[in-house]
Amino acid sequence: MNLVALLRIALRALAVNKLRSALTMLGIIIGVSAVIVMVAVGAGAQARVEEQIRALGSNLLLILSGARTASGVRLGLGSNFSLNEGDAFAITREIPGATAAPAVRGGAQLVWGNTNWSTAIYGTTPEYLPVRQWALAEGRGFEPAEMSGAAKVCIIGQTVVNQLFGATDPIGQTIRIRRVPFTVIGVLETKGQSMMGTDQDDLVLMPLDTARNRVLGATTLAKQRAVGVIWVKVDDGLDTNAVAQEVRALLRQRHRLQPGADDDFSLRNLAEIMAAQEASSRILTILLAAVASVSLLVGGIGIMNIMLVSVTERTREIGLRMAVGARTRDILGQFLVEAVTLSLIGGLVGTLLGVGGAFAVAMIAGWRVLVSAEAVLLAVAFALLTGVFFGFYPARKAARLHPVEALRFE
Amino acid sequence: MPAPLIRTQALEKIYRLGESEVHALAGVSIDIAEGEFVAVMGPSGSGKSTFMNLIGCLDRPTHGQYALGGQDVSTLDSDALAGMRNHSIGFVFQNFNLLARTPAIENVELPLVYAGVPAPERRVRATEMLARVGLEGRVHHLPSQLSGGQQQRVAIARALVTRPLLILADEPTGALDSHTSLELMALFQELNRGGMTVVLVTHEPDVARFARRVLRFLDGRVVADEANVALDARALLAEGAVA
Repeated sequence: MNLVALLRIALRALAVNKLRSALTMLGIIIGVSAVIVMVAVGAGAQARVEEQIRALGSNLLLILSGARTASGVRLGLGSNFSLNEGDAFAITREIPGATAAPAVRGGAQLVWGNTNWSTAIYGTTPEYLPVRQWALAEGRGFEPAEMSGAAKVCIIGQTVVNQLFGATDPIGQTIRIRRVPFTVIGVLETKGQSMMGTDQDDLVLMPLDTARNRVLGATTLAKQRAVGVIWVKVDDGLDTNAVAQEVRALLRQRHRLQPGADDDFSLRNLAEIMAAQEASSRILTILLAAVASVSLLVGGIGIMNIMLVSVTERTREIGLRMAVGARTRDILGQFLVEAVTLSLIGGLVGTLLGVGGAFAVAMIAGWRVLVSAEAVLLAVAFALLTGVFFGFYPARKAARLHPVEALRFE
Repeated sequence: MPAPLIRTQALEKIYRLGESEVHALAGVSIDIAEGEFVAVMGPSGSGKSTFMNLIGCLDRPTHGQYALGGQDVSTLDSDALAGMRNHSIGFVFQNFNLLARTPAIENVELPLVYAGVPAPERRVRATEMLARVGLEGRVHHLPSQLSGGQQQRVAIARALVTRPLLILADEPTGALDSHTSLELMALFQELNRGGMTVVLVTHEPDVARFARRVLRFLDGRVVADEANVALDARALLAEGAVA
């Protein structure tokens, strides 16, 4: 018997019990669409992480000053200002391919006209922008004279622009930061959320000395020329890990740490953190797909169940087919094609629903989803395989019936 | 004299029911020649159904030989037996055994589908057979739209469509009223006059009267093998008598 004839028999048999066939397919439909939606959501999340890595730059080191231990109480990272701006200059000067930008951090209230806004203050050097791969939307960067003279100038992020100025052009405007008047000389481009979900555009940049002396008011820090963090950008084509080791060695030497002593700073390779996050989002995708596959498996069991019922119900039909000359493989083929037809139609409907569902998730939840052809093909192939796998046992049961007993079956 | 169409030699069939063995057939040696009309009679449990299953290649004997059309089929595997059933034997069952929700024509085509006959030829042959059993106007009717007698005629057309060596009918009139039964027996007699070998399994003496030879089974053996002066069903119908 050829496949077309088998398919016709299968479709006719499925049409006899339309509701039953539809409910059986529903298992596969739900399974396939779940796999497609879940994989699409997972792939979307993964793509977002990858995008963030690209946005941040895959070759960034972050050095935080170490923890201070006071009377046995260990304070958090950055509590001890073990880093100073000399460290940053030394890194830029002595390690080829590395550019360092030191920064001090703090918070302050901004006032412009009758509006005000609380934001993060970064005192830093002109290297900060190239290191963070951050461009100016308008205005200019810090001049050397402004750096050395602790000028009261600042560059603001987009969130600050929106909160304080609205539609007004902020360039040249004067804002008060802790009652100190600052002139806005530049506006940063939008960078969006960080991986941790914080708004990276909610900040004000100013010269290092200005921040230390006029805003954060930390005179001890000023004397030590201490900084809280140092960002280090490693040039493309260099091994970030190798450069990180050089930076660590240099800082240990500058801080006169004995071999065996703990670092008094913390060096983080952001690419590594990102890679870990990417790996975890990939695992999440696999996990989601695995959970969704379980529903496909349940759908397959549904097919097996219905096929077994169908074989029992149609025992006499099988007996008759055998009596008029159906061989074992004809009966096997007939029921296998029937099971596969169920799963394949379910798979195709499930694909449509899944792709639609993925876009619905994107629309409603605002999540990024990515429907890939591979995922769709895989889901349909898996559905097909489910039909073959779970259809085989009932089909074999039918094919192995004894013609005499099948004909006598009541 | 040519070899008989059916030759069984010491045919035995033993069923195991737990510990005990049941000799459903205990040594049956019978020849049936081409063109005969044989009624196989006997009470239930006499072995006539087992005999029919073996003759019909639906089952294999435990011991003994069975040759159909000169070929020993007692040792064939199940697919080869399926082939024998397909092209050499036409079955007619008591409850018709038509595929539900399937038009008469497709029911008749079914054996040809398994024989691998191409669709256009199937259609021609099935149409021809339905005409032969007097159902020209019922080709596309579903079994549920046909009367019992008509359904049995579809089944007979299905049995004939592969041009088999013999028709094997198992209580073919069991589900029919007496007038329809008589019509059916007339059809069998007509086929037989045309040269078709007919083996009819029945427990109704009234039905057996239309056969030209009667085999009586009891306890797995043939206890009588007698010639019969067959009644003419056509003539009875013409007289308006009821069998």
